[in-house]
Amino acid sequence: MIDQLLTLIWTMTKIMIIILPVTIAVAYYTYFERKVLGYMHSRRGPNRVGPLGLLQPFADVFKMLFKELIVPTNANKFLFLLAPLLSLAPALAAWAVVPFDDWLVLADVDAGLLLILALTSMGVYGILLGGWASNSKYALIGGLRAAAQTVSYEIAMGFALVGVIVLAGTLNLTAIVEAQSGNIFTWYWLPLLPLFVIYFVSGVAETNRAPFDVAEGESEIVAGFHVEYSGAGFAVFFLAEYANMILISALASLLFMGGWLSPFSGIPVVGDTFLGEGGVHWFLLKTAVFCFLFLWFRATFPRYRYDQIMRLGWKVFIPITIVWIMVAGVFRVMGWFGG
Amino acid sequence: MSEIRNFTMNFGPQHPAAHGVLRLILELDGETVVRADPHVGLLHRATEKLAESKPYNHSIGYMDRLDYVSMMCNEHAYVRAIENLLEVSPPERAQWIRTMFDEVTRILNHLMWIGSNALDLGAMAVFLYAFRERENLMDVYEAVSGTRMHATYYRPGGVYRDLPDEMPKVAETRWRKGKELERINAWRQGSMLDFIEAFTDDFFHRVDDYETLLTDNRIWKQRTVGIGAVSPERALQLGFTGPMLRGSGVEWDLRKKQPYAKYREVDFDIPVGTNGDCYDRYLVRVEEMRQSARIIKQCIAWLRENPGPVIVRDFKVAPPTREEMKDDMEALIHHFKLFTEGYCVPEGETYVSVEAPKGEFGCYLVSDGANKPFRVHLRAPGYAHLASMHEMAKGHMLADIAALIATQDIVFGEIDR
Repeated sequence: MIDQLLTLIWTMTKIMIIILPVTIAVAYYTYFERKVLGYMHSRRGPNRVGPLGLLQPFADVFKMLFKELIVPTNANKFLFLLAPLLSLAPALAAWAVVPFDDWLVLADVDAGLLLILALTSMGVYGILLGGWASNSKYALIGGLRAAAQTVSYEIAMGFALVGVIVLAGTLNLTAIVEAQSGNIFTWYWLPLLPLFVIYFVSGVAETNRAPFDVAEGESEIVAGFHVEYSGAGFAVFFLAEYANMILISALASLLFMGGWLSPFSGIPVVGDTFLGEGGVHWFLLKTAVFCFLFLWFRATFPRYRYDQIMRLGWKVFIPITIVWIMVAGVFRVMGWFGG
Repeated sequence: MSEIRNFTMNFGPQHPAAHGVLRLILELDGETVVRADPHVGLLHRATEKLAESKPYNHSIGYMDRLDYVSMMCNEHAYVRAIENLLEVSPPERAQWIRTMFDEVTRILNHLMWIGSNALDLGAMAVFLYAFRERENLMDVYEAVSGTRMHATYYRPGGVYRDLPDEMPKVAETRWRKGKELERINAWRQGSMLDFIEAFTDDFFHRVDDYETLLTDNRIWKQRTVGIGAVSPERALQLGFTGPMLRGSGVEWDLRKKQPYAKYREVDFDIPVGTNGDCYDRYLVRVEEMRQSARIIKQCIAWLRENPGPVIVRDFKVAPPTREEMKDDMEALIHHFKLFTEGYCVPEGETYVSVEAPKGEFGCYLVSDGANKPFRVHLRAPGYAHLASMHEMAKGHMLADIAALIATQDIVFGEIDR
C-alpha cells in the first residue's frame, strides 16, 4: 500500500516536473512571440510590465483568470466548458513520452511516436466541439475548417513520420534519436529532407498557425472556433495552441535534427571539446529555433484560403511523402542510413 | 428529412475586415458565397444636409470626414465647386501646393489600403510598415494645417497658409532618444519641402520593400489572382472609377482627361491592369504610389523656385491677414463679415470632380444666391464600388470576401456620407 502510494506521489512529482516548465515555457513563448513579431514589424512589443515587459505573461494570465466566463445563450454548456480542456489535455499529455536527454524522459515507452500521433489527433475534438457548442455561426465555420484541416494534415504528417520509422526501425523516441547519432549528416533531416519540410509545414497547419490559421481566420471569421470564449476558457485554448507549437518543434528536433545530440560531434578539434558533448541544452536550442520559425511565418506570410490549404495537403504533400517513404525504404535496404 | 438550406451569415457591422461598419449579409453554400448583400447607412451623418444649413466655408471640415483617409482630395472637390460658382481662381502657387497635397493624400490613402489589404489577407508586417511611412505624411499634414487628419487646409481661392519654412522636430521622450531620435529628426532639419523631398526619395525604396513581401509571394498571388475579376465593359457599366476601373484596363484618370490644378504641367503615367482582378488592382495602386511620388518631386521643384501668394487677395472670399486687421478698419469688417455671414455665391449650379485616390470624387453644388448652399450632393467613388459587391463575390469563397472588401478600398465615411 505504502509502496503504491509512494509510486503515485513520485509519478505525480515527475508529471509536475514536466508540466510546470512546459507551462512556463508557453507563457514566455507568448512573450517571445510578441517581442519577435514586434521587432519584425518595427515596433517594440510589450515593454511596460516589469523590466523589458518580462512580467507581461503573468499580467495576461491574471487578466484572463479574473475575467468573466461568458457562456452564450443556447450554447451547450457542458460541451462548451469541456472543449478547452479537451484540447489542452492531449497537448500536455504528449509531453510524457518526449525525451529531453537520453535519461530524462517521463515514460520511455516503445510506442512513443504512436502515442504522440494519437494524442495530437485528439486535440481537434476540443476545437470542433468548442466551435459547435458555442452556438455561433463564425465559431461553427471555424470548427469545421479546423476539423477538415487537421485531419488532412494528420495524414501527411503521419506519412512523414513513417519515413523516420522506416530508417530508425523503432517507435521509441529515445531510440530514434540514438539511431541518428554520428554527426550532423547522419541526422535524418538529410536523407528525409522532403519529409522533414513536409512534417514541419504540416505541423504548422496542424496547430492552426499562420499561414494556415483559417480556423481562427482573423479577417474572415473573426476568431473562428474560440470567438465566443472569454476569460479562462480562452486562456486554456491559448495554452493548448502554444503547448502544441512547442511540442511540434520538440518533435521536429527529435525526429529529424538529432534531439540532444551535438551538431559538432564527429567533427575534428571542435568535436573533442565540450561542444561535441550531447545534452539537454542542444535539444532546447533546436526546439527554440523551430519555435522561432513559427513566429517568423506568422510575421511575414499572408493567409492561405481554405480550399488552397486542402489542395496543398492532399495533392502536394501526401504524394510527395508516399514517394519518399519508398526512397527511405531503398535507403534502409541498401543500408545507407541508420539501421 | 429536413430541407438543406444555405447558411446566412452577418459579415459585420462589427467585424475586423469590414473596414468600418459594412454590414454584409452573406448567403453561403458551404464556404461558397451565393449572395452578398451589402447594407449601408450605419455611418450616415447627413453631411449633405448639414452643409445646407451653414455658410460655405464651414462645410470644408465636413469634407475631410467623408473619406477620412484621403482628406484633402475631398476638400479639393468641394472648394473647386465653390470657386467655380464664385468665378475666382487661386494663385498659381496655391494650385501647385494643392497638386502636391493631392498626391501626398494619394500616397496616404494607398498606404492605408496596402496595409489593410495585406492585413485582411493575413500579412501583418506590411500593415505596420505602411503605417510607419504614413506617420511621416501625417506629420506633413500637421505641419501645414495643424491637424493630422482633418486638415481644412484648402479654402476657396487658395490654401489656408503657405508651407512652413521649418519642419517641426520630434521631441525627446523616454522611448525616443539618442541615436533613434537623431535618425527621426535627420529629415526634419530644413523646411517642410526638404522633409517631403527626403521622404519621397526614400519612398521608392519603401514601395520596393512592400513589393518584395507581396508581389511575387505565392500565397499572395493565390489569394488575389483571378479573384473578383471585372471586365472593362462591366466596370464602366457599374460606374467604377479610379484604380478599380484602371485595374480592368480602362485608361481613365481625371488628372489626365480633365486636368485640374497643375496636373497639366506635371509629368506622370497612368498604370492600367489587364485582367481586372484583385492582383491587377494591387499592381495598379502600387504603381500609382510611385507616380504620386514622381509628381510630388516635380511640385517641390516648382515650389522651391516660385514664392508668392497662396490665396486670392479678394477680401469678399478670403480673410485679410491678422496684421492688416490690426490697423485697417475695413479689413476688420471684412474679417467679421467673412467669419459670421460668410459670402454669397452667385445663383447657379456646378458639378466638379477630382481624381481622389479611390476614384472620381465629385461635388454637385446648387446655389440660390444665399450664403449657404441650396443643395450639395457628393459623389463618392466607394458607393458605386460597393454596389458591385454581389457581382464580384458570387461564386467565390468566404475568405475572398475579405480580399474583395480590401481591393475595393472601402471607407465608410464616404459611402454613408
